[in-house]
Amino acid sequence: MSTAMKTDYEIVIGLEVHAQLLTLSKMFCGCPTTFGAEPNTQTCPICQGMPGVLPVINHRAVEFGVRAALVFNCRINPACRFARKHYYYPDMPKNFQISQYEEPLAEDGWLEIDRPDGSWRRIGIQRLHLEEDVGKLVHEGPLATAQASLVDFNRSGVPLMETVSRPDIRWRRIGIQRLHLEEDVGKLVHEGPLATAQASLVDFNRSGVPLMETVSRPDIRAPEEAAAYLRAFRAVLVYLGVCDGNMEEGSLRCDANISLRRRGATELGTKVEIKNMNSFRNVQRALEFEAERQSRALEAGERIVQETRLWDADRGLTRAMRSKEYAHDYRYFAEPDLVPLRLDRTWVEEIRRNLPELPRARRQRFVTQYGLPAYDADLLTQSRALAEYFEAAVREFPNAKVVSNWIMSELLRQLAADDERAIAASPISPARLAGLLRLIDDATISGKIAKAVFEKMFRSGEDAQTIVRREGLVQVADTAALEKMIDEVLAANPKPIEDYRQGKTAAAKALVGLVMKASGGKANPALVNQLLQEKLSRMRG
Amino acid sequence: MHELADAYRRGDVTPTAAAEAYLARIEKLDGRVGAYLTVTREQALAAAKAAEGRYRSKAPRGPLDGVPIALKDLLCTRGVRTTCASKILENFVPPYDATVVERLAAAGAVMLGKTNLDEFAMGSSTEHSAFQPTRNPWDLARVPGGSSGGSAAAVAADLAAGALGSDTGGSIRQPAAFCGVVGFKPTYGRVSRYGLVAFASSLDQIGPLAKDVRDAALLLGAIAGPDPHDSTSVNEPVADYAAALDGGVGGLRIGVPREYFTEGVDPDVQRSVRQAIAVLCELGATTQEISLPTTDYGIAVYYLIAPAEASSNLARYDGVKYGLRAAGAKDLIDMYGRTRAVGFGAEVKRRIMLGAYALSAGYYDAYYGRAQKVRTLVRRDFEAAFAQVDLIVAPTAPNVAFKHGEKEDPLAMYLNDVFTVPANLAGIPAVSVRCGFSAGGLPIGLQLIGKPLDEPTVLRAAYAYEQATRWLERRPNLG
Repeated sequence: MSTAMKTDYEIVIGLEVHAQLLTLSKMFCGCPTTFGAEPNTQTCPICQGMPGVLPVINHRAVEFGVRAALVFNCRINPACRFARKHYYYPDMPKNFQISQYEEPLAEDGWLEIDRPDGSWRRIGIQRLHLEEDVGKLVHEGPLATAQASLVDFNRSGVPLMETVSRPDIRWRRIGIQRLHLEEDVGKLVHEGPLATAQASLVDFNRSGVPLMETVSRPDIRAPEEAAAYLRAFRAVLVYLGVCDGNMEEGSLRCDANISLRRRGATELGTKVEIKNMNSFRNVQRALEFEAERQSRALEAGERIVQETRLWDADRGLTRAMRSKEYAHDYRYFAEPDLVPLRLDRTWVEEIRRNLPELPRARRQRFVTQYGLPAYDADLLTQSRALAEYFEAAVREFPNAKVVSNWIMSELLRQLAADDERAIAASPISPARLAGLLRLIDDATISGKIAKAVFEKMFRSGEDAQTIVRREGLVQVADTAALEKMIDEVLAANPKPIEDYRQGKTAAAKALVGLVMKASGGKANPALVNQLLQEKLSRMRG
Repeated sequence: MHELADAYRRGDVTPTAAAEAYLARIEKLDGRVGAYLTVTREQALAAAKAAEGRYRSKAPRGPLDGVPIALKDLLCTRGVRTTCASKILENFVPPYDATVVERLAAAGAVMLGKTNLDEFAMGSSTEHSAFQPTRNPWDLARVPGGSSGGSAAAVAADLAAGALGSDTGGSIRQPAAFCGVVGFKPTYGRVSRYGLVAFASSLDQIGPLAKDVRDAALLLGAIAGPDPHDSTSVNEPVADYAAALDGGVGGLRIGVPREYFTEGVDPDVQRSVRQAIAVLCELGATTQEISLPTTDYGIAVYYLIAPAEASSNLARYDGVKYGLRAAGAKDLIDMYGRTRAVGFGAEVKRRIMLGAYALSAGYYDAYYGRAQKVRTLVRRDFEAAFAQVDLIVAPTAPNVAFKHGEKEDPLAMYLNDVFTVPANLAGIPAVSVRCGFSAGGLPIGLQLIGKPLDEPTVLRAAYAYEQATRWLERRPNLG
């Protein structure tokens, strides 16, 4: 970041976060929401926008929204309305999205974020509302292949929608033109006219999946704060069980508004919206780039244009979208097919009573109750499943720091992620981890052997005891056996003994290592050390 | 219809024979009337055969079992093309049945086919069908009214025993008046709209077109009631409409709104409706003049709200997923443009543009927002009126059926809805029944408007009037 920018300008950021809700069915119909199903197999007339269909509100989605709104300290509106937001795009079957506009589910809340120096900040949340997701556009094959089909496209015009290959895979085929600019504009710009790509397909499986949009106030003052907000936000949603928080799969999506102003100024500068950031890191990088770009522009006396820019992670820069791609008049109006949604006070209070302990509170408790360092507490509370795993293991093996070390260094290294799904699928349960740790504690096995046992447990799903017993990994603490081993090592290694005799005491350490190695790691290191010292002093004497 | 069911029960006629007779009549006469867009012969005969089995085993499903009916081609029918009389859906075959279609099938009704309409129900003459005009059985040179003109003409010409239509601003009642049949628009939410291709969601209601009031009550009883698929459907039990018919109008307070009897109303219509009011008085009702001051604004409000909602509802017809897709497009935007240019007719385009304008940023408050406020005033007018009276009587339309091509000016056409639109804006039930003929021999409609969910009173008064008069004896002569 340039020095000019650090001193002269203040960065102002607001985030809009879309979270896919973990309901079993879609926002307005009964279709399942499972990720990764065959294209268009999780659809019905309603989420495909057939003529004559009507939406019905998924009350589970409303409950999830209320949970989040309560945790974000929002004012929950006793009655809210859905509204239609219009724009034409092939991934949107009705060409309007049922969202909320003038009367959202909740307003005026906040989320607290921690800063690296231990202080915290409160970021305002302007509104929280529910809406439905759209379908998904996919290229027909890689763009390079599509180019080969150029002739087909030109001859037949826009290809007709059709059913391809298997009858259960019902891709909708549509003409491609500007559709993919969002994802691929860089490539397309360089590959010449857009007419080179031949077709696009729409998968409506995602169409109608419940989304919760949360708009923060422009309270964020640095790119890393934006990332911290997002991390805290994600942790809360995952804790509440309302979203799986997976940014790469698109369950959590973030758009940012960023502007700069002279330090001390009270008015906001012209803002720029940034889209297409699919990780915490990319959000931070994009905002850093954009802050820098804007400060340079301002320094050069240029005016910032209010626009939408796309983050290009490969090239590490933001790029303006063409105005046609986002200049919409959404023509909002109240959804006439749904009656106003009234939220029963007692129901909201019941939801409040059943809220789980949240990450920040839990993190603090981990420090005070278990005496964990802040770093450990922070990491262990990133997901509810992980925190619960930790607590379950500590109940069985009450040395919190040891449990924490093993989870952070071994378990998380083996698991694909720290989310609910990954933790639940762990072949090593908290009880089994505790079992392993007990074996170290009572000197049955060494720490080094334990790591190997852990890996075997992870692969086979067996408990530590079984593996240790079958593979004869029990630590050798038999003095006679150890003495025999030491004698053999001493006989085979005259050089270190000579060194030791000449006063190089460090040579003893090397000899311990050699004995450990000879025992296949099974020797009790303390005992080996003691016996070796005795023998060496006798040799010297 | 009810006579047919009686005949089935006695064994005088079988459902198959009835269905065959209707299909033969359609074949013979519909070339001239143009009521049907699709005739579902096979399905009809299969359904009739099943009904016949039930009568034979003395287990008919009720008064509609085996009765041949027609459906406005705006109601989704699984496996049977549903065009909305639009090119854009010319070959659209829905994968599901509308709730009302399911309910009629469950009652044993036999679907003869799908009837013509103004494209997407936008019109008052059925001239705006993309496929064919429908002719008025009383005078083939004239329109049957609209938009449910196909259903009204089918019932009037006895090409179906009964039919369903939809009414957004008068689309059941006005064609019922023009064709001399009974047309009932229920309370908003009384009948599920699931599977009715939406024109204006906050105004649309499905209802029956029938030969007499009893038939209308039977059809309404079969389709009314809450539906989990329609969040706007009213969660109240359905009254036994047929049982509510008897009882007369003794003591009923009837309001006569002065705004509905103005100079613009055809003298024949005025005279017939006044005579009908006199009949109701003779039957024991009391009348009083009332005022519905917002009547004049009805059309303006309607022609903002309905097109606004239509512009949104019709956005989905874009050539991407189903229906027509125009060829030769050079890119996506061009494909949208061409598809909609070729697929929609002029009237539909006009309303989409009106509606999109009314909803657009900067104009919303002045148009759509204002219209919603006035709509509330219209509703309050009726609430105030119903504090004094039980029922309101009025002409259904200011005139009788006009000639094809007579109203080419859209505004003149829109004004034809002046007396029907208010009930849609207020969401209240209303029926049109035959109350006489013009000098030229064309039927005239009497409109009875009731309180929300007070279908029984509306039907009871209509039935009492029908029983006391002999208008139904006259039939159109189609040779």
